[in-house]
Amino acid sequence: MSSGDAALQSSSSKASKKPTYSRFTQQELPACKPILTPELIMAAFIFLGITFIPIGLSHLSASDHVVELIDRYDEDCIPVDNSNSEAAYNKRIGYIQDVKTDKTCTRTLIVPKKMKHPIFVYYQLDDFYQNHRRYVKSRNDEQYRNPAADHKTAHCEPESMNNDNQPIVPCGLIAWSLFNDTYSFSVNGNSLPINKKGIAWESDKTHKFGSKVYPKNFQSRSLIGGAKLNESIPLNQQEDLLVWMRTAALPNFRKLYGRIETDLEANEMIKVVINNNYNTYTFKGKKKLVISTTTWIGGKNDFLGKVYITVGGICLFIAVAFISVYLIRPRPLGDPAYLSWNLDPASN
Amino acid sequence: MQLEENIPHHDNPRLIHINDPKKTNDKFGFSGNEIRTSKYTLLNFLPKNLFIQFHRVAYLYFLAIAALNQLPPLAVFGRTVSLFPLLFVLTVTAVKDGYEDWRRHRSDRNENNRETLVFQLNEFHPKRWKKIQAGEVVKISSDETIPCDMVLLGTNDSSGIAYIQTMNLDGESNLKTRYARQETNKLVLEGTTISGVVRCEQPNRNIYEFMANMELKGQRFPLSQSNIILRGCQLKNTEWAIGVVVYAGQDTKAMLNSAMSSSKRSRLETYMNRETIWLSVFLLIMCVVVALGMGLWLKRHETQLDTLPYYRKIYFQKGKEGKKYKYYGIPMETFFSLLSSIIVFQIMIPISLYITMELVRLGQSYFMIGDQHMYDSSSNSRFQCRSLNINEDLGQIRYVFSDKTGTLTENKMEFRKASIWGKNYDNSYPDADASLEAKDVTVDRRKWKLKSEITPDPELMKLLYKDLSGEEGVAAHEFFLTLASCNTVIPILTESSSSGCDGVLGGSPVSIDYQGESPDEQALVAAASAYGYTLFERTSGHIVIDVNGEKIRLEVLGLHEFDSVRKRMSVVIRFPNHTIKVLVKGADTSMFSILDNDRPAEDHIRHVTQVHLNDYSSEGLRTLVLASRNLTGEELAEWQHRYEDACTSLTDRSVKLRQTAALIECNLTLLGATAIEDKLQEGVPEAIESLRQAGIKVWILTGDKQETAISIGLSCRLLTADMNQIIINGNSENECRKLLCDAMAKYNVNSTSCSSQITKLRRKAEPDYLELPSQTKSSSMPQQCAGEEDTPNFGPLALIIDGNSLVYILERDLESELFDLATSCRVVLCCRVAPLQKAGIVDLIKGRTDEMTLAIGDGANDVSMIQMADVGVGICGQEGRQAVMASDFAMGQFRFLKRLLLVHGHWNYQRIGYLVLYNFYRNAVFVLMLFWYILCTAFSTTSALTDWSSVFYSVIYTSVPTIVVGVLDKNLSDKTLLKYPKLYAAGHRQESYNMSLFWITMVDTLWQSLVLFYVPLFNYRESTIDIWSMGSLWTIAVVILVNVHLAMDIQRWVFVTHLAIWGSIIVTYGCMVVLDSIPAFPNYGTIYHLVKSPAYWLSILLITVIGLLPRFIFKVFHQTFWPSDIQIAREGEILRRRRRRRHIGSKTDEVSS
Repeated sequence: MSSGDAALQSSSSKASKKPTYSRFTQQELPACKPILTPELIMAAFIFLGITFIPIGLSHLSASDHVVELIDRYDEDCIPVDNSNSEAAYNKRIGYIQDVKTDKTCTRTLIVPKKMKHPIFVYYQLDDFYQNHRRYVKSRNDEQYRNPAADHKTAHCEPESMNNDNQPIVPCGLIAWSLFNDTYSFSVNGNSLPINKKGIAWESDKTHKFGSKVYPKNFQSRSLIGGAKLNESIPLNQQEDLLVWMRTAALPNFRKLYGRIETDLEANEMIKVVINNNYNTYTFKGKKKLVISTTTWIGGKNDFLGKVYITVGGICLFIAVAFISVYLIRPRPLGDPAYLSWNLDPASN
Repeated sequence: MQLEENIPHHDNPRLIHINDPKKTNDKFGFSGNEIRTSKYTLLNFLPKNLFIQFHRVAYLYFLAIAALNQLPPLAVFGRTVSLFPLLFVLTVTAVKDGYEDWRRHRSDRNENNRETLVFQLNEFHPKRWKKIQAGEVVKISSDETIPCDMVLLGTNDSSGIAYIQTMNLDGESNLKTRYARQETNKLVLEGTTISGVVRCEQPNRNIYEFMANMELKGQRFPLSQSNIILRGCQLKNTEWAIGVVVYAGQDTKAMLNSAMSSSKRSRLETYMNRETIWLSVFLLIMCVVVALGMGLWLKRHETQLDTLPYYRKIYFQKGKEGKKYKYYGIPMETFFSLLSSIIVFQIMIPISLYITMELVRLGQSYFMIGDQHMYDSSSNSRFQCRSLNINEDLGQIRYVFSDKTGTLTENKMEFRKASIWGKNYDNSYPDADASLEAKDVTVDRRKWKLKSEITPDPELMKLLYKDLSGEEGVAAHEFFLTLASCNTVIPILTESSSSGCDGVLGGSPVSIDYQGESPDEQALVAAASAYGYTLFERTSGHIVIDVNGEKIRLEVLGLHEFDSVRKRMSVVIRFPNHTIKVLVKGADTSMFSILDNDRPAEDHIRHVTQVHLNDYSSEGLRTLVLASRNLTGEELAEWQHRYEDACTSLTDRSVKLRQTAALIECNLTLLGATAIEDKLQEGVPEAIESLRQAGIKVWILTGDKQETAISIGLSCRLLTADMNQIIINGNSENECRKLLCDAMAKYNVNSTSCSSQITKLRRKAEPDYLELPSQTKSSSMPQQCAGEEDTPNFGPLALIIDGNSLVYILERDLESELFDLATSCRVVLCCRVAPLQKAGIVDLIKGRTDEMTLAIGDGANDVSMIQMADVGVGICGQEGRQAVMASDFAMGQFRFLKRLLLVHGHWNYQRIGYLVLYNFYRNAVFVLMLFWYILCTAFSTTSALTDWSSVFYSVIYTSVPTIVVGVLDKNLSDKTLLKYPKLYAAGHRQESYNMSLFWITMVDTLWQSLVLFYVPLFNYRESTIDIWSMGSLWTIAVVILVNVHLAMDIQRWVFVTHLAIWGSIIVTYGCMVVLDSIPAFPNYGTIYHLVKSPAYWLSILLITVIGLLPRFIFKVFHQTFWPSDIQIAREGEILRRRRRRRHIGSKTDEVSS
């Protein structure tokens, strides 16, 4: 009898279109339904407050520990007055574009505090739109990587071919405009060696730029954008180029020039001899030399620290504001008396 | 003369030569029987599918953007990348379409390759369906499906009857009869090959009409609906049937009817489109800013352009010197900048939202269909979503227009009362000691199974048994003869064992199943049978009725079927003693006017019957009036002549038949009236009560009488005793106007047009209407009255209006008055309304308010209303499937409407509303972030993000959580929603989606985009950060931000939600790792470098917190101090549950300790 019943049931259930029960289809899955109880709200704000303020403080103190020296030299390293006049402008251009003149320039910097090694040397360019679309796109990574891809100069226009219609390696505007100011440091007459190895990303050196790709036909035209490359060194060893090719995100940017591997004492005088070759005068961009130590947050920047402290403070303030408003106007959670139709019986 | 006329000369008839398919198809290429429901073939799939897909504006937008991007000066994205979204969407849709079409192909193939017997070379041979041609003669066996539309030539039955089930066509499960003409049936049974010509109309989609005639051996006779069997039907209870194919393949009525699709657009989507226009404005502003900026920047640097290291417009290369490189002058560059910024900002217009919404609605309907609480076990039907566009409208319904019969009621009729010859017989109270009847009934029960149990009234039984000589007895006899004969019910005898003897005492288990198109008729025939008048057999020519064991064969001379104009049906019957009678039954309004007025003796009976009728209908019973008349020979001759003409007519047949009917449907003798109960469906009063609490106005639109409508209104608690009923039943425009204005004046309904008219009318029309006092009765409770007499509040109002008045009101300029009055009433009942009037009323509300309307009904008469309303719901009921076919949603019971609206409607509305706002936000925050950055790149539309990340953002990184939340999130449990129907008002108040929410969202978006942009900007200003690291940071920050934003608003976290939200972030990281691991990309290695930097992580944390802090504070304060109803209910629900769980937990602790 039981088997017959079962058969009957199974046949009837086959015919039935009744939706099968599962917690999923009936939308009854076990679920976490969070609600914002006053305790939870308080806890959230206080938690934010007491975590953010310490983060901010430690960030600030880290930023404080960074010793940073910035020297703008573009104006001072040119024997032309700084006026905005057309004549001065043209003079500046004439000076910088003249290949023959000696453009060395000596600057003296005073170390404000003791700087522990490694000390990073950067150059900073302002108002240089390395993020301009026409500029960013003007490269061909395939050519840089693959020794057999010389001819691949797509996107590199108008710096893809030299005058003999030979492909330029590395092609493109970015490579063409490679920064070519050089710095040499000396402290108290002793030259300070700058380590220019390992300034580019390791990944760029190992994979992105080929170890068998050598510069060719580079800067061979009359209009020279910037540095020339040693044609006997493969691209992946040209670390300045690699750094430059990581185009900056913002129009004011720094790029790593090298590292000083010795400590600098406070009040030491650093003499910097600058070869002021790079032309930023056409677009009135600034050039700066930056010498800085780093901490775990990177360079000197107290923005994050300040904001963290502010946000933490706001959270604590809101926690207080919330609790005081809540004490004045308490509302039991889920009290049906607060439902709109219970508050306003007339509408019923 | 008439016969000649019958050939339709206005349009060429379709000529079918029976048994001669060659000749038939020679001149006219009638389509073969191969059907094709599929849209595509392998060859045309790609072009046709693309063509159809690009009909959508969204895709055109995608295409235009992708095309723009192919222009060299505009190539913002890589060429392949820019095509990705378009290709993705196209591929997904094409795969979906392809799969659907493949299934259609398969079913077409199966269908086309079925076989059936076709007369070939003097024998019936099997032939594939697709090879069948018009003109061929086909033989169908029992239970086979009919391959094409054919005219019946003959069946195994000598009377030529065939039973068919039309389930596939209209969903009605009961059997219908079709007849072969006697002329052909005879030939078929003799085995002769028939050759003749059928002239029929051109193919059309009307499955309820067919007009043709047949010429056979010089003889011409009419063919009608009852002679044709349609493709898709099944032959039942008939051994075989032979027919000639008249319409094949795509010409068949089934195929012509198969294209049924209604496309409605939800209100929220309409609003969404309005906001999309705003977004387009934002988009345009941003693009103009970028373009102008570009123009000004170029202007300022015009002289330096070729000396800038980062901008070069000419070649210095030899041979190309001075040639412009991608530079077309400042105006053109500005213009190109505009176009390319459109490309970059394209997702500001959330095109993907349309696809997301489609998917979400699909998911929502999956859950609606799968809801066990909306499964009707009695009809074994699930909830059906026939339209996928308007799920969220269910959460905003303000007006429900309901049909009564079959919707509120079960449409399972039961014979309750009868009034015969002026005497009321009430058999609803069965008499226990009526032994004779009891015995009879038990015998009856053994003899056949009846759908409803009827206990015959003993007094009436006695009258029937006593004698049939008295006037009363004759009337009773005719009364039941009418019940048994004047109908279209087919008795189906199933002889389970030895039969032949059908005597009452024989006890042979012959069971009779009455199959008919109308449940009323079935109930009446069953009732007649209970009183000893059993309908046994029905053919086109005669019927056999068993009268108390004695079989009477009645010849049917003609039958005028029920139509909605006459509202009655009649049969002309020749009795064995050669008297000829017309038996008529019909609605009371249509019957009393055609009664014989010259017999004063019967006035009394008529009066009493009318009183009875009013009584019946006030109890909510459906009434029919029965009458009869003897026909004289002359009358019969004239009628027969006209009847045959009308029947063979190909044009205006129904009008001619109606005129013919008028010949004999006059001067009738009243026999009595019947009252049938139409039971309320289960749970209807509760559902209506809940709907009303939810702020939904329920209007009933019914074809029933006013009294019936009111009584049903009372029984389903729509009308309550404390309501003031305003009754409008005027017979002229002025009368209606006056009634409306009086009512408005009385109940202080503010009207724009009434106040001036009312005084004017009073003065002018007062004398005419003195005898027509406004039938407003205040039945409010006395104590209430005393207190409220002078106050403007009269308590809830109910408006009852009839179809006649509606004719005047809807056709004239009284619409606004009716609207004002009706909207201030809590309940509106419209009775005696025609199908089109139903649509008219819906239109009245739809046209004058912004509120959403829902129409629910089950019959063909509700189709217009269902299509007119914003949401149409069909009940899979007894009256066929037309309502379901026309509807957007279909379900088994009215009471499911409560769950559909209060639970699923609420959920869907909340989900879609949030989904739309969130999608606007999600895309806008991304675009704004790009915009701020472009301002820092000399307006050069650079994106720091990699091309792939930009494209993946809306397709992969953030799309899944929106869909999951749109399908699965729910703010309140169904129990709470059903417990507090008033929560539904959130939809009425448009709480989930409105203009101010949109603007708040946009302000929030602006803030978040600024945070997204400026936190990294300040953190990395004057640093060594490169563009790809910055882009990488922004990508991950925006993905985390929008996902945490979503997480903050999720009300119900299930496993899938966790998976979607956190999974999206992980997938994003995964994609970025992959993208940064391809050395060919300039961004190679970025992410590996970044993750080592604490500043990166601190930035992301800070962006997320600051970005969401204002929103969180707003939310917290709003929820705590100005909570919405939903919020309170949600807290209550969750806290109750937690308390209960804690309670159980403490108990188990106790036990364990």
